[in-house]
Amino acid sequence: MLAALARRVTAGLAVIVGVVTLTFCLLRLAPGDPARWLVGPNATAAQLSAQRHALGLDRPLVEQYATWVARAARGDWGTSIASGRPVAALVAEAWPATVRLVGLSLVLSYLLGLLIGAIQAARSGSPLDTGLSVLSVTLFALPGYWLGLMLVMTLSYWVPLLPAFGAAGVNAPHLTRQEQLLDALRHLALPLTTLTLIGIGGAARYFRGALLDVRGQPFVTTARAKGLPPARILFSHMLRNALVPALVLLGLSLPALFSGAVFVEAVFAWPGVGRVLVEAVQARDYPVVTAATTISATLVVAGNLLADVLAAYVDPRTRARMAAV
Amino acid sequence: MSRLLADRRGTFGIVVLALAVLLALAAPLVTSGAPAEQRDVVGTRFLPPFATDRYDAFHLLGTDRFGRDVWTRVVYGARISLTVSGLAVLLSVLVGVGVGAVAGYAAGGVATLLLGLTDFALALPRVVLLLLLAALWPPSATLVIVVLGLTGWMTIARLVHGEVRSLAARPFVEGAAALGARGSRILGRHILPNALTPVIVAAALGVGNAVLLEAGLSFLGLGVQPPTPSWGNMIASGRDSLVNAPWIAVAPGVALVLVVVACTMLGDAVRDLYYRDSNR
Repeated sequence: MLAALARRVTAGLAVIVGVVTLTFCLLRLAPGDPARWLVGPNATAAQLSAQRHALGLDRPLVEQYATWVARAARGDWGTSIASGRPVAALVAEAWPATVRLVGLSLVLSYLLGLLIGAIQAARSGSPLDTGLSVLSVTLFALPGYWLGLMLVMTLSYWVPLLPAFGAAGVNAPHLTRQEQLLDALRHLALPLTTLTLIGIGGAARYFRGALLDVRGQPFVTTARAKGLPPARILFSHMLRNALVPALVLLGLSLPALFSGAVFVEAVFAWPGVGRVLVEAVQARDYPVVTAATTISATLVVAGNLLADVLAAYVDPRTRARMAAV
Repeated sequence: MSRLLADRRGTFGIVVLALAVLLALAAPLVTSGAPAEQRDVVGTRFLPPFATDRYDAFHLLGTDRFGRDVWTRVVYGARISLTVSGLAVLLSVLVGVGVGAVAGYAAGGVATLLLGLTDFALALPRVVLLLLLAALWPPSATLVIVVLGLTGWMTIARLVHGEVRSLAARPFVEGAAALGARGSRILGRHILPNALTPVIVAAALGVGNAVLLEAGLSFLGLGVQPPTPSWGNMIASGRDSLVNAPWIAVAPGVALVLVVVACTMLGDAVRDLYYRDSNR
């Protein structure tokens, strides 16, 4: 088991190293010379070459890569071109907000998706099932940034209930502890609803299928023959067996969820990695782009690993398979 | 095809997509024909849906802040969105089928390398990669096609790999090999045509996804650039007038959702048909 875990961690690290290398190569492949942008259009050739030397751009590519990796490993990711602040500090401020938003929406969308999927599986073929299927496909198809705007339009402008952007009000530092918490929750409401609604679509589609698959299995027939009540069969026999693939799905859906978060953060000005990334991309702030890409990949890899370990924890068969691979 | 139409999801998907493609093709006939036309900006801007302006032009979905007809822009936006997504998915299919087929048919080091590459690419958050690529080159429709195509081939490669592996062990393939057919011929003529259905399903779902992502990139200003209308940049421009002119952002969004839902339903219907057949 430990050896299998070590293999997974190694594979995860390989992905992160791959991302860092890929990012580095793409930055060097792209048109434009960062030194030229820094010195401006009126610089002399001497100033340009001095800037190139200062940035290390005049050294061989392999050496540049090695220096870059060594610095990144020490947590020195350079300085943001746009804001002049250390990149590491920018990213360190941003990632907890993303984890909070993505994590909460993951839990909520799974619970609600499970509920909808269970109702559909219990009444499969009925008009209710069809209606909920249409609903979940539609939710699944909604672009996060558009749904976000629609929610802002209805719940912030037409019926001014909730704040449209940010993670805290401007007056937050002057509030009491309780008021601060309430303020934070009110700001969280719209981005979280947006991301969760989209997530419900995928989760419900999945759980409906998984429950219908399990329903045909012999142990469900046995439970039914024993005369157990349908609710009991659903919760303690069918759901338990549908949960293992759900955990695997959780790991696989993380990149997609993260992608959704990028747009939702951009629309709601939520101070997370996604917004940092979008703003850096729009400002062509390369050091920040690199760092945000690496952090995103790391979060996704870590989430995948966590899902694998959880799946192994709940299902002895997966544990055995993992150890055997 | 007739069995696909018997499925309500299939009907819905085909009808909506056919309608979208027809409207996009016939854009000059069903609209004013000039998506970027601005006449009297102050006099014709922010007209609500079903309004007629002072030039007697009827605006089914109203006008935007430059007095441009929203219906015309939505239809011309369909041209852009569908073309870009279609070409991007075509690129994904070509790369995915190539990688998947080679990895499935050639054993050993090549296969391991290709599968490793696929898994690596699958583990990356696609939007982050998209943003990175879109940031490095100047934004254009071509860039969006290439970038979407190069980040969307992995699922198809996985599917094709699995299909090719299982088909390669079937008697008709052994027969072809025994008759002396070359590897490339067996792969191209005997194996791949039999592996196409899952690719069609993945492509249908992929088009929906590509439409969403193209709109997303354009929404962030990294895709198709105004004044060329794309559903994404239309939603972005409607963002500033959500309160007094909500139709500008609502109309392209509804079009987007309809097309994506149609792709998903069509994909689901084809998949169910396929599995029902292969389980018989």
